[in-house]
Amino acid sequence: MKRSGERRSAGPRWGCPAGIWSLVTLLAACAGGCAADSVTVVSWGGAYTEACRRALFEPFTAETGIEVRVDSFNGGLAQIRAQVETGNVHWDLVDLEFADVVRACDEGLAELIGVDQLPPAPDGTPAREDYYEGTYSDCGGGGVYYSGVVAYNREGFPGAKPSKLEDFFDLERFPGRRGMRRSPVVTLEMALMADGVPPEQVFGVLDTEEGVDRAFRKLDEIKDEVVWWEAGAQPPQMLADREVALSTAYNGRIFNAQVVEGQPFEIIWDGQVLDFGQLVMVAGTPNYEAARRFLLFASRVESMAAIGRYISYSPTRRSGLDLIGTHLATGVEMRPHLPGAPENLVRALRNDPLWWADHHEEMTERFSAWLAR
Amino acid sequence: MAGALNRPGLRAAALTLPLAAFLGVTFLAPLGSMLARSFYQPRVADGLPRTLALLEGWDGSSVPGEEAFRALGAELVALNRQRRLGVVASRVNRLRAGMRSRIVATARALEGVDPESWRAAIVAAEPVWAEPEAWLAVRRAGERVTDRHFLQALDLQRGSTGEVMAKPEELRIYVPLLSRTLLVSLAITAICLALGYPVAFLIANSRPSRANLLLLIVLVPFWTSLLVRTTSWVVLLQNQGVVNDLLVALGVIGEEGRLALVYNMTGTLVAMTQILLPFMILPLYAVMRAIPPEYLQAASSLGATFLQGFARVYWPQTLPGVAAGVLLVFILSVGYYITPALVGGRTGQLISNMIAYHMQQSLNWGLAAALGVILLACVGALFAVYSRLVGVERMRLS
Repeated sequence: MKRSGERRSAGPRWGCPAGIWSLVTLLAACAGGCAADSVTVVSWGGAYTEACRRALFEPFTAETGIEVRVDSFNGGLAQIRAQVETGNVHWDLVDLEFADVVRACDEGLAELIGVDQLPPAPDGTPAREDYYEGTYSDCGGGGVYYSGVVAYNREGFPGAKPSKLEDFFDLERFPGRRGMRRSPVVTLEMALMADGVPPEQVFGVLDTEEGVDRAFRKLDEIKDEVVWWEAGAQPPQMLADREVALSTAYNGRIFNAQVVEGQPFEIIWDGQVLDFGQLVMVAGTPNYEAARRFLLFASRVESMAAIGRYISYSPTRRSGLDLIGTHLATGVEMRPHLPGAPENLVRALRNDPLWWADHHEEMTERFSAWLAR
Repeated sequence: MAGALNRPGLRAAALTLPLAAFLGVTFLAPLGSMLARSFYQPRVADGLPRTLALLEGWDGSSVPGEEAFRALGAELVALNRQRRLGVVASRVNRLRAGMRSRIVATARALEGVDPESWRAAIVAAEPVWAEPEAWLAVRRAGERVTDRHFLQALDLQRGSTGEVMAKPEELRIYVPLLSRTLLVSLAITAICLALGYPVAFLIANSRPSRANLLLLIVLVPFWTSLLVRTTSWVVLLQNQGVVNDLLVALGVIGEEGRLALVYNMTGTLVAMTQILLPFMILPLYAVMRAIPPEYLQAASSLGATFLQGFARVYWPQTLPGVAAGVLLVFILSVGYYITPALVGGRTGQLISNMIAYHMQQSLNWGLAAALGVILLACVGALFAVYSRLVGVERMRLS
């Protein structure tokens, strides 16, 4: 509003015809006023954003009258940093991987909001105790667990079917091309687990030079057969086209293909890599109040659990799991599809976002050099 | 002044001022600031001035004294309160992975601790501070003007005593990628010339109505979105794609022997050649259209065969167009990154994909800038050789 006032006083000096000028001030006032009634939320696109739209954006608008504008990106901090450094912030909230939440918070790219300010669980448990260990920060709210898993198309394996992580690396028993994310994240961890490293020791092994060599040696075994993907929507497509026999993928995208599209896909939960993300407010957002309201809304256990009724990602709060029942569109029982279901956790690795915040660059450089050879 | 403006040359020059200003703001200034980033890195130096001043006289092999610990502690705590710590920590982390979280943890551990006991508190929080290597990383990250991005971009590193040496084989990445980029660009330019020359000749020597139709065929893909064209190549070339299906149906290859035509260097070559072909055909066509057909007729009436006439009469006259087309295609392909990113797979990536990675993902803009400078220098050197051989003054776009 302040901005439009300045423009009004500047008007007569420029000598604009009165009619045009009042139109301009009207537009300027709307640009200022309307913006206060909307927030821009940036998410990952595809089935996940669709789930957030139903579970978060629409209920939030219904409750508060604040419009939610949706934008999508492929992760990372570069766009946020560019906006904050140039002082031209047009994203209000961004859904980030937790390693990036940590970095954004440390670098002052995200607004601070302590976990104690987030709403408590329905039974009154404070948010700090309700969130799983290590899944909250000084800057984030909301949060979902997702998982990097191996999936395959049943039609590609008429005989014996792959059932464990080792089978992904076994080209003799299960021939065919493999899809993997073009990133060291999840890739190195799976290679080590398939090489016999127990999940709880994976990051300890990766801390040593020999451990990293070992992971790359394991990847060497299948390197010639791998098709590298980048967007989360690619693996289901490649599996459907039989471009690859098996692929790593985000479990929610495979769930969507299985249940909504009826594809003959199977998830191998053995050796899954559990990861999680959170929403942050971009530092210096012009819609701070609206953004904060959205963040608090998205941190309610009911909101977090609602996402799990559209896509198989589960809340990072303990009290959320019980609120997820069935998939709203198809009535499928959600629990067996969630990464946190006990039967899916027999051999599972929890990603260490702090380790990756420190080593992402180093590992990516090594990974790129390895890829290019 | 008014008199000077009346001179036609100056007036014309004055009319280009808006464009010059536009280029200055949108091209030269960003380019300059990008180039500066490749060697000028003030963030750590601004954040830890006292610590770095104390480290200046330090021998680098023992643990620094009490004073350095206190300066470090005070500056880390101050940076943390101003929320500037993460940036400094990330910069140090690039020289020694793992330092980011240790620096942040150290700063947090010092909150509320009496400065008198900071040395003990710092080492207790992160034992790494009892090793000289951690301090060395801080000192190197604190260099305001640095060559480390250029060293890294050339796959070089500094040894423990500061001597420059090559990185181990398995970590070399940028030099092989750069030479691959230049080779691929040359190959694409050669293929475009071989494919485009006959097409341009055909168009230039057709009846006007047919020439228009042919030109339209060349231009329509040019008007189509780059992404659409690139992804249609995926549809055509993929394992279960049109080309492979056709070859299997014709019995040329078996079901098991489907060719890998995309997500590798073949994909990059095919898609980029198709996308850049108009940039070769159009300048060739423009030059060829201006060559009277009578010249070739005169050559044959004087007894030359078609090949002789072509080689001695026609080809030399098209050289300005060849020169323009070759230069356009080569320079465009050196900087291409969307197409290799989409169809290049593992082996079809070019140096620009690495620059994009450092701009967008790792946020190491200094390294991205250094790679850009090196690429620019390579293209500049090639251009100098080229203009010596061909002569830029002979290049014509029409």
